[in-house]
Amino acid sequence: MTDTAQIPDSVHEQGEYNFAYLDEQTKRMIRRAILKGIAIPGYQVPFASREMPMPYGWGTGGVQVTAAILGKSDCLKMIDQGSDDTTNAVSLRGFFEKTAGVRTTCETAEATIIQTRHRIPEKTLREDQILVFQVPIPEPLRYLEPRETETRKMHALEDYGLMHVKLYEDIAKNGHIATTYAYPVKVNDRYVMDPSPTPKFDNPKIDRMAALQLYGAGREKRIYAIPPYTKVKSLDFEDYPFEIQQFDKPCGLCGAENVYLDEVILDDKGGRMFVCSDSDYCEERRADGHLGPMAADPAAARVGNTKTGETVR
Amino acid sequence: MNLFHAEDPLLQVHNVTRYYGDRIGCSEVSFDLWPGEVLAIVGESGSGKTTLLNCLSTRLAPTAGAIEYRMRDGAMRNLYQLTEAERRLLMRTDWGFVHQNAADGLRMNVSAGANVGERLMAVGARHYGNIRSTADDWLGRVEIDNERIDDDPRSFSGGMRQRLQIARNLVTQPRLVFMDEPTGGLDVSVQARLLDLLRRLVADLGLSVVIVTHDLAVARLLSHRIMVMRHGNVIEAGLTDQVLDDPREPYTQLLVSSILQV
Ligand SMILES: Nc1ncnc2c1ncn2[C@@H]1O[C@H](COP(=O)(O)OP(=O)(O)O)[C@@H](O)[C@H]1O
Ligand SMILES: [Mg+2]
Ligand SMILES: [Zn+2]
Repeated sequence: MTDTAQIPDSVHEQGEYNFAYLDEQTKRMIRRAILKGIAIPGYQVPFASREMPMPYGWGTGGVQVTAAILGKSDCLKMIDQGSDDTTNAVSLRGFFEKTAGVRTTCETAEATIIQTRHRIPEKTLREDQILVFQVPIPEPLRYLEPRETETRKMHALEDYGLMHVKLYEDIAKNGHIATTYAYPVKVNDRYVMDPSPTPKFDNPKIDRMAALQLYGAGREKRIYAIPPYTKVKSLDFEDYPFEIQQFDKPCGLCGAENVYLDEVILDDKGGRMFVCSDSDYCEERRADGHLGPMAADPAAARVGNTKTGETVR
Repeated sequence: MNLFHAEDPLLQVHNVTRYYGDRIGCSEVSFDLWPGEVLAIVGESGSGKTTLLNCLSTRLAPTAGAIEYRMRDGAMRNLYQLTEAERRLLMRTDWGFVHQNAADGLRMNVSAGANVGERLMAVGARHYGNIRSTADDWLGRVEIDNERIDDDPRSFSGGMRQRLQIARNLVTQPRLVFMDEPTGGLDVSVQARLLDLLRRLVADLGLSVVIVTHDLAVARLLSHRIMVMRHGNVIEAGLTDQVLDDPREPYTQLLVSSILQV
């Protein structure tokens, strides 16, 4: 994790920045790439990624996409690993507060634009919301075919047998499809896409989602998109169908089931707890009076108050 | 003698020429290949065998000439007028290509089973159990211990790798297989076993084969017909036994006598 880095204050203090940092010409260029991406769901559109005042790996692709679509009346939510409170999320939120002066929120329902890395909120998203993903590696074929000229041809010819070679290998070596993150999908029956680096738990949410999904990869200079209500199928075999992770316990704090849980260390004596990875979702449930099996535990309650990044992966 | 002429030719090669700059790779080569026929291309190193084989298999565009192939639907098609999608489909279903260096024809970082199953998955197979049992069957047919199905070819001997490469090519039941020195670089005893296996598979499956070799013993064992190349030209062609027992060209006589001395 690069969470220890900080966006230098000088960026915010140099004064005359255009709204949301990028100049209008750059935004137009990015919007054209976004529109092309929406027109060809799942297709990776090359774009002239700009230097941003933060390192790659921080989500420079997502930041550029957000900057290009952000309007003065938007309300922005920033998530990192499901949480609004990690250094990365706090810094990126601060970046847009300072360069665009827009409202920000931690509440999923209130946001018009949600920028995320790793997670999709548990709360169902709506048509009037846009979900922006920060993507490190956009090319799902790279694992078996490092040549870019060849992967482009494979996409053009819908030549995707290699994806199944990878899944075959997974089953042969592990007895099941062991891929849990960046699980490949086919978008609109055409392009194979990497929803990286979200857990496969979130793949069903991508399918026919009401909100527009935009994916930005800064270092790799690619943008891709899934328009609202687009069919997205996770690749699998007939006899090894796609499955999401199952958690055998509910959230320790709010008792939620069928949500993605993180394992959290409670103390140095090996105490552990599973809690919602989506911290906003968890807080809202607790505010509504839902209590999980660990809610009364003092150490667990401390976690609930300040859910830090101390999760076990 | 007209053993193969009962049907239409599978491959028709018209004046295929390939230059590398102003250097000749192969020049004005023409021949027909018949279903079930094994054709050996022989000649010294640098005589143009690989260049010709790569032109035939659409891996290298000829400078001039045309190559026609009878598709599964019976239609004769000019290979260099196929779309890229058609060409890929042809190469991974109806054709095979066995490289001298097995690593060039295998995926070294995935298991033997995945290597054999890749073509099946490329053409739409989506049942893991069926893919695996087909791979298992093919490993048996090329005499690879089925216990090795989940091992990477990196851990295989040279002979095993070559047999795996053959299985990977034959799994879609191609009609035409190209081979470039398939026994080159192997120990003599390993070569003999591989040749035996190849001969059996070619006969069992009724394959058409174009095989490049500088080893006339390989040509004699496997091929029905032979083409002798020198400086990019075909200087003599005919039934293998006739050419090797009674070569007309002085150069061929030289080639034949040099193997007799070995
Ligand atoms: N990529 C290349 N570039 C330039 N010349 C080549 C290339 N490949 C082959 N040649 C030349 O073409 C001729 C035929 O080579 P090749 O087809 O490899 O013969 P063979 O397979 O019989 O050894 C040789 O003179 C060789 O040097
Ligand atoms: Mg050669
Ligand atoms: Zn919870």
